[in-house]
Amino acid sequence: MSNIPASLRYAKSHEWLKPEADGTVTIGITDYAQNSLGDITYVQAPKLGAVLKTGEVFGVVESVKAASDLYAPVAGTVVAVNGALESAPETVNRAPYSEGWMLRLKPADAVSANTLLDATAYAKLVG
Amino acid sequence: MSELKRTPLRDFHAAHGGRLVDFAGWEMPVQYRSILEEHKAVRRTAGLFDVSHMGEVDVRGPEAAKFLNHLVTNDVAKLFPGRVLYSPMCYPSGGVVDDLLVYMRGAEDYFLCINAGNIAKDLAWIRECAVGFNVTITDRSDDYALLAVQGPRAAEIVQSLTGAKLGLVKYYHFAEATVAGVHCIASRTGYTGEDGFELYHAASEAVALATALLEAGASRGLELAGLGARDSLRLEAGYPLYGHEITQDISPLTAGLGWTVKLDKGADFIGRAALVAEKQNGAANKIVFFKTGDRRIVRADTPVLGADGVTVGRVVSGTLSPILNEAIGSALVTTSAAAQPLAVDIRGTKLNLHLVKPPFVELKKPTA
Repeated sequence: MSNIPASLRYAKSHEWLKPEADGTVTIGITDYAQNSLGDITYVQAPKLGAVLKTGEVFGVVESVKAASDLYAPVAGTVVAVNGALESAPETVNRAPYSEGWMLRLKPADAVSANTLLDATAYAKLVG
Repeated sequence: MSELKRTPLRDFHAAHGGRLVDFAGWEMPVQYRSILEEHKAVRRTAGLFDVSHMGEVDVRGPEAAKFLNHLVTNDVAKLFPGRVLYSPMCYPSGGVVDDLLVYMRGAEDYFLCINAGNIAKDLAWIRECAVGFNVTITDRSDDYALLAVQGPRAAEIVQSLTGAKLGLVKYYHFAEATVAGVHCIASRTGYTGEDGFELYHAASEAVALATALLEAGASRGLELAGLGARDSLRLEAGYPLYGHEITQDISPLTAGLGWTVKLDKGADFIGRAALVAEKQNGAANKIVFFKTGDRRIVRADTPVLGADGVTVGRVVSGTLSPILNEAIGSALVTTSAAAQPLAVDIRGTKLNLHLVKPPFVELKKPTA
């Protein structure tokens, strides 16, 4: 059974999004996604300052099994990336919702809740 | 997945958290905990693999040795009872039907271990080639289960379950032994580059033997290991995998397995003429092994680019070496290109291939 924290929002493409107090959003991949991929060996992150559209590919996550594109769940500007994943991508397997975060965006618009799934809806999707 | 074949350990794997996938028509564990961790456990301590999907064939009769020396490229005449031989078997074209292990049990009694995905094809080929020889070919694949215990502590673990003196069984030798009460052919062979044993035993005893090995290994760092780790271990060791480094179209000479092709063994084996010609004229292509210094995996079928950016071949195997922490792989390239700088394009990034003579890591396997 996947871990799906109630406090987060989810994209159908298996990214999670967490609104931060300063108005930015933190993004990573879900426990379900990391488990499906298996051992993660590489995370290709976007450049700081990159401007992403909703649904745009922002990077690649690679496992022993396959390489998968990562999609921006909302539009925005990249204000931080998790540099620790460069040398320790397996952190995404171990802690997908905490130390395994991938990037922080300054959203272009107020994050519209109804374009993303809540935990219940995401649980249904991956159930 | 009901159409998939199962080994006697299928439920054992599921109960131990194995992630079961379709491998060559078999429902097999690709991993339990983590491919990378299982790989490291085998290099550091020991791993237990179920490889019961492999095929076993008895070759018996007055002309068994003569027939096998006609069938395979390596020299079966060098065997003696208790000795194991690795060999390709080829088509007349020099392409590979399969690679296998030949066990000599007695003067008229041999035993083959063949790849799971090739069992039906191999048996048809072996039977076709056996016409005119006084031999009996028997498919024993369903009778045998096969457990591989591999790693620096593997022999110690197996030894703890048997009164047989396994120290006397040298690398690429075998002996009959009772391990945890189960009668086994204990073969000091493997596909990881580490010391260890492959234990052939009755399929009905597989759960008992696997349970005993896991228990005896628990205090010695043994972990269950799946086919994912088996593949990265064999690639790190530089061992070929049928369908990748050797195929119907890639001869053992092209694959760098010249040491297994005994052109002068005094028997006219299948594929000899083609292999003699390939050796005289020089192979058009060549399997090379590479690393990149980067973590991005260079996957099979990725085009290999020469100095001028022209495609000169393709990757046939690729993974991340959990020991080196960089991508490693093998590629089939034109012989003329193999001496020039090679590169691949991974999602827009050009990565240079650094050619390596395998193994990629120091192996601790014993010598024969």
